[in-house]
Amino acid sequence: MPGQKEPWYKRVYDWLESRVQLEGPVKDAVLHPVPRRTASWWYVFGSASLVLLILQILTGILLALVYSPSAAHAWASLELLNHELPLGWFLRAMHGWGSNFMVAVVLIHMTQVFLFGAYKFPRELTWIAGVFMLLMTLGMAFTGQVLRFDQDAYWGLGIGASIMGRVPFVGGQVVHLMLGGPIINGATLTRFFALHVFVIPGTLLALTGLHVWMVLKLGVNEWPMPGRIVRRETYIREYHELTHSDGIPFVPGAVWKDLVFSAAILFAVACCAAIFGPYGPKGVPDPTIINTVPKPDFFFLWIYTILSFLPPDMETPFILIAPVVGIAALLGLPFVAGVGEKSWWRRPVAVFSVMFIAVCWGVCTNLGTYTPWSPKMDAWSGAAVPVELLRSRTPLERQGANVFQQKQCRNCHQLGGNGGERGPALDEVATRLTEDQLFRQVLLGGGNMPAYGSALSPAETTALVRFLETLHPNYQTPSEDASRRLVGQGGVQTPAP
Amino acid sequence: MDEKASPPSPPAQAQRQEAESVTRRTFLMNVGIALNAAVALVIATPVVAYVLGPVLRRKDYLQWIDIGSVSDYSVGETKLITYQNPFSDPWDGATAKVPAYVRCSAPDEFTVFAINCAHLGCPVRWFSESQLFMCPCHGGVYYADGSRASGPPERGLFTYELKVQGGKLLINAGQMPTLKNRASANPCPSIATPTAPQLVSRIESCPDKKSPGTSASTIG
Repeated sequence: MPGQKEPWYKRVYDWLESRVQLEGPVKDAVLHPVPRRTASWWYVFGSASLVLLILQILTGILLALVYSPSAAHAWASLELLNHELPLGWFLRAMHGWGSNFMVAVVLIHMTQVFLFGAYKFPRELTWIAGVFMLLMTLGMAFTGQVLRFDQDAYWGLGIGASIMGRVPFVGGQVVHLMLGGPIINGATLTRFFALHVFVIPGTLLALTGLHVWMVLKLGVNEWPMPGRIVRRETYIREYHELTHSDGIPFVPGAVWKDLVFSAAILFAVACCAAIFGPYGPKGVPDPTIINTVPKPDFFFLWIYTILSFLPPDMETPFILIAPVVGIAALLGLPFVAGVGEKSWWRRPVAVFSVMFIAVCWGVCTNLGTYTPWSPKMDAWSGAAVPVELLRSRTPLERQGANVFQQKQCRNCHQLGGNGGERGPALDEVATRLTEDQLFRQVLLGGGNMPAYGSALSPAETTALVRFLETLHPNYQTPSEDASRRLVGQGGVQTPAP
Repeated sequence: MDEKASPPSPPAQAQRQEAESVTRRTFLMNVGIALNAAVALVIATPVVAYVLGPVLRRKDYLQWIDIGSVSDYSVGETKLITYQNPFSDPWDGATAKVPAYVRCSAPDEFTVFAINCAHLGCPVRWFSESQLFMCPCHGGVYYADGSRASGPPERGLFTYELKVQGGKLLINAGQMPTLKNRASANPCPSIATPTAPQLVSRIESCPDKKSPGTSASTIG
């Protein structure tokens, strides 16, 4: 109005608004009614995922200012970030922990949506977009692990290539496509850089836009009540009645909880980053340094576990079929169970599925963290035979202890709580196996033990078995083949008690 | 600028659309779409070829690589070597180097093993005393001749095709071996091979004569 001068910021706002005209749609979005009971703490995980995605993009851009996507320099640029640029380590830690939190929060969000039946009519497509967003998030986690170009990244790529190499017919080509060439080198890193920085985040952002748009258009899922059945014919009318009779505007009715939780999550990421610091980089990505123990990041450990336990002939079918079945099940879910009960009180199969998957995941991750699948590579030279096992032994038995160390038996077998754990501890082996069985086991192997027939001379074998026969507690005699004494051939001499 | 131009009402829009459905303008728009589709196809072809580049190259990444003279390797020894990937760029850095194991089982009898475990590609380590390769990932173990001893691998170690030329040992290398991309055409002892006869021969070859693969006895 002429004469009455409005404050300058109001004039600036009006000038902008008359051009962009966004006030209407934004008002519609923030004031759209949500069911009163839905404004619950259970509904904060979706917005927290979005906040973490934004955090990842911002920290990612800042890291990209310094990171050099070259196989020759990537590791050094990460070291520079860690040690020379002020707070570079904190930025890397925020990005690393942000990714952990993002995967976790996305999975919690998905579980909540599943248990609350929010994927049912008319929100099927929102769920499907979400499934693809989950895959993108996991893709970001894996490609991010590759960009941290250290030994784990290098051999992790090797594991990825070995898995892809199992695809029938085109496996070889798929490996070359994945690595950007026939071996892991600079072309592999630039390829994963493009995926991690452009392709996957771009797609993820587009899908996020679609996902949030559909949430706004279709409304936030109402609190599931036992007996309130979803029917295609009546659901939308019922939902509108509910939101208009017992709804509150999204802002501020529900948004304050989202805001509080997002702030808490960001603070938690910052705390973890400050306390635990950045991830690696571990050793230089030099393939000629083979004294390395590659291990995937936390969220992929369960795959590592499954790959360890599958029998060889089941491995390839499982690796190729299980992911397809899993993704198809997630995508097919809203079409199979798109209507009906939403409440978990009336969906026991859903509840037990979640519990089953959670327990499996937890067990596999735990096994992946602690199971000693591999020989302890330096036990043969690093862990001495306990002295008490050598006391008052014959020279031959002591020589056997020598053989035991020198032939790397300790890499898989413990003595006195030291050594590898791939095979059983041998402190009391003489109570389990007779002389003949010991010879057989050493020479022919068996179970999961290699045959040592060609790596041991007869003299060495004899000494080794004599030593193994002394490994029994004092109160327990070594096991012996009863038939020997019966036939009167002597055999194992039972030591006098 | 204060007045927002209101869009035509939905019925008016529908009416207008119907009137224009088969006009010259719609036809021209369709021509425009077709033109764009054609141009997109023309542009997409080289893009697809570019993206599939690593697959379309056929075998030209393999090359015979000199890994030293035959006399560098003594009989009964398995040695860790490093060779340079035949086609590498300056920005490959250390990843241009590839490790491998050379086994000399008898004079002029060589086997060159890839470093990668046949299970998931982790680097196996050689233990000369027990004559075993052990993998640090899931505990795959192989015998000195590369055949599978235990653990999850479904076959023996991958081997490189090799030849001896002018006293030099050459291997045909350049790609990472996986189950579909063998390091060479050499068949490797696989899990399908019956194992029992092999084990018997192991024991038979053992006594008396010290086989070249065996380390010096620790007992006189």
